[in-house]
Amino acid sequence: MSSQAQQEIIEEFALFDDWMDKYEHLIELGKTLPLIQEQYKTDQYIIKGCQSKVWLRAEQKEGFVYFSADSDAIITKGIVSVLIRAFSGMSPQDIVNAPTDFINEIGLSDHLSPTRANGLVAMIKQMKLYATAFAAQNNA
Amino acid sequence: MGFAVEKIRADFPILQRQVHNKPLIYFDNAATSQKPKAVIDALVHYYSFQNANIHRGVHALSQEATDAYEQARDQLQHFFNARHRQEIIFTAGTTHSINIVAHGYRSILKPGDEIIVGQAEHHSNIVPWQMACDLTGAVLKVLPIDNNGQLKLQALNELLGVKTKLIVVNHVSNALGTINPIEEIIEKAHSIGAKVLVDGAQASSHIKVDLQKLNVDYYTTSAHKMCGPTGVGMLYGKKALLEALPPYQGGGEMIKEVYFEGTTYAGLPHKFEAGTPNIAGGIGFGAAILYLNSIGLEEIAAYEHDLLVYATDELKQIQGLKIYGDVVEKTAVVSFNIEGIHPYDVGTLLDQMGIAVRTGQHCAQPVMDFYGIPGTVRASLAFYNTKEEIDILVKGVQRAVNMLL
Repeated sequence: MSSQAQQEIIEEFALFDDWMDKYEHLIELGKTLPLIQEQYKTDQYIIKGCQSKVWLRAEQKEGFVYFSADSDAIITKGIVSVLIRAFSGMSPQDIVNAPTDFINEIGLSDHLSPTRANGLVAMIKQMKLYATAFAAQNNA
Repeated sequence: MGFAVEKIRADFPILQRQVHNKPLIYFDNAATSQKPKAVIDALVHYYSFQNANIHRGVHALSQEATDAYEQARDQLQHFFNARHRQEIIFTAGTTHSINIVAHGYRSILKPGDEIIVGQAEHHSNIVPWQMACDLTGAVLKVLPIDNNGQLKLQALNELLGVKTKLIVVNHVSNALGTINPIEEIIEKAHSIGAKVLVDGAQASSHIKVDLQKLNVDYYTTSAHKMCGPTGVGMLYGKKALLEALPPYQGGGEMIKEVYFEGTTYAGLPHKFEAGTPNIAGGIGFGAAILYLNSIGLEEIAAYEHDLLVYATDELKQIQGLKIYGDVVEKTAVVSFNIEGIHPYDVGTLLDQMGIAVRTGQHCAQPVMDFYGIPGTVRASLAFYNTKEEIDILVKGVQRAVNMLL
């Protein structure tokens, strides 16, 4: 079951027929990315598996997880931004259980080069890892 | 008479296809070249009519396959003008070729011996030597490049000494396309008794190489960069040097007699060709050489140089675009960045427009570190590319810049 945020993302991307327009939209979304604070742009927060650098951090506030990130490549920023929109503000357990097929539905995974697709998988994995850690912490 | 590029393009089936509903523009030739029908046909013909194991069969097919494979060796010998056919070793590619020599040097190097390596080498021509040095106590010294990506020959005079055993350097930089003055390097090395290994992967389909005139000790290349199949390449070495070099892998083909008390090795070239080789690949390599010869390497070089000059001039019109290794002596490679834009973003958008380029470090991380950049966009051109395609590239880069800035 997709969340409302995921449904919105799917509908938004369906508005564009041409992939160049979808990329233009991704670039725009990159600008709305909740930026990670400069002090956290360290190796501890870097995601491996991307050709460009990606830093990702998660915080838990009142039982909900909020992500912030940054990248040195703009399209990558757009992709992280989409993921953060899909998962930010959910409970740790909901993030762990959340389906990721919206990525396929907007055609993103098919349309990315193999290196970029690997990066995307690495980002989702990292977000779920953060959520798993919070969930374990909450249950402890 | 002009260069008949349209006729040549018709030889390459893949150039007819579309990518993302746009005609494919292939500017990733430094990664691998496309294959003409003559090469594809040679592979199909071999597997359809000649397939057999070679060198030891008693039957007709085996003899035919052996002849076809060994004929390819002759073609390589003539193409590169090696003195002896035994000096041509079939390998899996340049990386394999370098590893054969580097592995052999593990028994030759003594603690304190020195190997000089160029700063702009592909990782394949760095790591095997680091491994050899680690095991022997030999020392790897780096011959630096200047801001244009050219080797500082002045520095070579200071690095060369009685302990220098070997200089390893590429003929052409894969990251930048700059051509190295290997003639001078070889002469300097020989004057103090050191040997030279040249990584020719980026040169072989662009520059005519005369191994005897060059007087190089080891030269390596890959078929797939020269319109041939992947998984096959060449190691050239001077006969006396290859005879002195210990074998790399043990197995069939590379032996003379095997007893549990001890084994004697086959002579050249088989000593370095353990196991059933890539027979189809070797035959395809021969077909690629024939194809390149039918066009002429000098003609190819002249046409590609025209493309390079055109692409360089046109790309430079784009504001903020910087070319790395913008020198006269280079092959048709333009490695660039645009100020404030990550190369990966440019490559991704170009791909959407049907244009294939390479982005990233190009397996040459020290070069990127030298410039302090995460990577470059590399457009590497071949003789089947056209100025019209360059126009589309330039428009595409401009469009990407407009979107990204």
